[in-house]
Amino acid sequence: MIMLFNIVYQFGDALSFLLLSAIGLAVIFGMMKIINLAHGEFITVGAYGTVVSAKAFNLPLPIAMAFGVIITIIFGLILEKLIIRHLYGRPLDSVVATWGISLIVSQSFLVIFGPSLEGLQTPLGNFKLGDYSYSEYRIFLIFFAFILLGLLYILFMKTSFGTLARATIEKPEIASSMGVNISNVYSVTFAIGAGLAGITGALYAPTMTVVPSIGQAFIVSAFITVVTAGASPFIGLIPAASFLSAVQTSVTFYYKATIGIIALLFSVILIIRFLPKGFSGLITKEK
Amino acid sequence: MKKIITLIITSFLSIILFSNVLFAETIKLGILEDETGNFAIAVIPKIHAYELAVKEINAKGGVLGKKLEIVRYDTQSDNTRFQEFARRLIEKDKVDVVFGAFSSASREAIRPIIDKAKMLYFYNNQYEGGVCDKNVFVTGAVPEQQFSTLVPWLMEKYGKNVYTIAADYNFGQISAEWVRQIVKENGGTMVGEEFIPLDVSQFSQTIQKIQAAKPDVLMTLMVGAKQASFYEQQAAAGLGIPMGTSVNVGQAYEHRRFAPPALENMYVTVNYIEEVHSVITSGEYHEKSKDFMARFKAEYPDEPYVNMEAANAYNAINIYALAVEKAGTTEKAKVIEALESGISFDGPSGVVSIDPKSHHGSHTIFLVEVGKGHKVSIPKVFKDVQPYWLGEAGCNLPEKADYSQYTPSKPPKS
Repeated sequence: MIMLFNIVYQFGDALSFLLLSAIGLAVIFGMMKIINLAHGEFITVGAYGTVVSAKAFNLPLPIAMAFGVIITIIFGLILEKLIIRHLYGRPLDSVVATWGISLIVSQSFLVIFGPSLEGLQTPLGNFKLGDYSYSEYRIFLIFFAFILLGLLYILFMKTSFGTLARATIEKPEIASSMGVNISNVYSVTFAIGAGLAGITGALYAPTMTVVPSIGQAFIVSAFITVVTAGASPFIGLIPAASFLSAVQTSVTFYYKATIGIIALLFSVILIIRFLPKGFSGLITKEK
Repeated sequence: MKKIITLIITSFLSIILFSNVLFAETIKLGILEDETGNFAIAVIPKIHAYELAVKEINAKGGVLGKKLEIVRYDTQSDNTRFQEFARRLIEKDKVDVVFGAFSSASREAIRPIIDKAKMLYFYNNQYEGGVCDKNVFVTGAVPEQQFSTLVPWLMEKYGKNVYTIAADYNFGQISAEWVRQIVKENGGTMVGEEFIPLDVSQFSQTIQKIQAAKPDVLMTLMVGAKQASFYEQQAAAGLGIPMGTSVNVGQAYEHRRFAPPALENMYVTVNYIEEVHSVITSGEYHEKSKDFMARFKAEYPDEPYVNMEAANAYNAINIYALAVEKAGTTEKAKVIEALESGISFDGPSGVVSIDPKSHHGSHTIFLVEVGKGHKVSIPKVFKDVQPYWLGEAGCNLPEKADYSQYTPSKPPKS
C-alpha cells in the first residue's frame, strides 16, 4: 500500500514538474509557434519576483508569488511590444532573438542581484507513511498543475477569447478582416504564456536555490513536453507528460538518475519518429 | 626635426630600460580566479585573501627586498578562459608563480600548460585529492583530511549504514570512492550510492530511495546551484537523516544563504571558517582566527563570509614568500627545492606544513555541526592532520618527478 502510494507520489511529482515546466511554453510555442528559448528566463523572472518581493517587503508567500507572476506578465508584454511582435511567422528568427534575450536577461540578473539569493523556506509541512515522509507542498504542486491546465483548457477552448486567439493565430488575415484586433489578441496571448511561466517560477522558487540560471533547469523538460504533446498542446500536454514521467520515474527507480534521463530523451526521439503529430495527433486522429 | 625624433626615441628607450629595472624589483604573482560566474560566490573571499597577504608582506618590506605584485585575470568560471589566461600569465606577463582555480575541472585544464612551461603553481582549494605533480603545491584540504575525520566520527555517533549521493563527474566519483573505502575500513556498510547529473534539480525520487535504504548517515557530495536545491527539498520532505559533506558551508556558506531548516543536521569538516573564533571561545584557534578576521575585515569590511578557501589562499601566498626567502631567489627549481625542504606557516587556523613527498599541506580540521536555526558549533577539532595518502601510495616528488592525478583505485605504480 505504501509502495503504491510511493509510486504515485514519485510519478505525480515528475509529472507536475513536466507540466509546470511546459505550461507557459505550450501557449507561446505550442500555440503561437514562437520557438521561445527565453522561456527559462520568464521562469527566472517569476522566481526572482517572488523571492525579492517576499524578502524586501516581508510579504506572505502567496502574495509574493502573485507579485512575481504580475512582474513576469509585464515583462512579457514589454518584450512582445518591442521584439516578439516583429517575429510572428518567422520561427527561425525567433530562435535567435529569444536566445539573445535569454542571455541578456540571465546576465542582467547576475549583475543586479549577484550570483545567488537567500532562499525562502518551502511552505506547508510534511507527513509520514511508514518509513517514508513526504512534502505536502509537492502534493499541492501536483494538484495545482492539473487545475491550472484545466483552467487553460477552458480559457482557450470554451471562451470567446479562446476562439478569437485560436482564429487569430491560425488565419490572422481572415480574423483581421472579420474585425478582430489581432495585435491585441497576440499581446494578450503572449502575456498569458509569460504569466504561466511566471507561475512556474513562483511555485518552484521556495524549493530551489535561486540563482540567475534557475530557469535553465526547466527548459529541456519544457521543450520535450510541448514537442511530444503535438499540435494541440492543451489536449496533448497531459498524455505527453504522463508518458514521459512514467518512463523517467520507472527507469530511475530501477536503475539510476543518469539512465532515467537517457531513457526520457530516447523515448522523446521515438515519439517524434513514430508520432510526428505528437500525443494530440493520436487523440484527434490527425495524421 | 631630427633632433626631436632622436630625443623621442632616446626617451622611449630610457623609459623601457627604466621600467625593466622597475619590473625586476617586483616578484610577479599570477592569479587566476573566478570573479564572476558559477563559482564567484565562494571565490571572491579567496581573491581578497590573496590581496591581504600580499599587502601585509609588502608592508613588511616584501621578499628579498622586492615587492610582491599581483597580475590577476577573471577566469569567469570557464575552463577555456583558464587556459587562455594561464598562457598569457606565462608568456606575456612572465609571472614567477601562478595561484588559483576553484573547480577540479579548471585545475586540470591548466595543469598541462603549467607543466609544459615548468611554471610553479599553487592550487588553494579543497578537492578530491591525488594530484602528484612536481610543479604543483596544494594548500587546500584533501579526502584523507576531510573524510577520514568526518566519516568515522559520524558512524560512531549515528550508526554504520552509510548512503552517498554525489555529483556525477570526477570530483563526486572520486570523493565517493573515498567514502566507500573509509566506511569499509571502519566496519560499516554502504547501503546505497547514487551519482546525480549536474543538471538535476528535482530530488523527490532520490529522497525516497534514501528513505527506502534507511541509512544512519547520508553523505552529500553535491556540486553547483541546481544540486544545492537538494537541501531545501530534503528538509521539506522531512528526511531527517544526519548529513555529512566536504563541500558545503566551508565554501559557499549555504548555512547563511539558505533559510533554515534546509541545512540542519549537517556535518562538514573544514580547515577554516570565520565562525571558528566565535564558537571556540579561547585558546590558540580562537586567538588566530580572531586576529585573522580582524585584519581581513579592516581591509574588506563588506565581505559576506570568510571561507576556508580564503584561509588557504592566504596561507599559499605566505608559504610561497617563505620559500623564496629560504631559496634566496625566485628561480622556480630552487623555490621548489625550498618548498620540499619542509616549509611551515602559522596561519589563520594554526600551522600548515608542506609535505615534501606529495606537495600537499597539513591542516587543523574542524568538524562543524549545523544545528537548529543553522547555528554553527564545532564538536571536535583534529590537530595537525597530514595529507598522508599520496606519500604512502608511492608519490615521492623530491625523488621522482611526476605529473599525474591518482585515485584510491588507481594509485601510483611503484
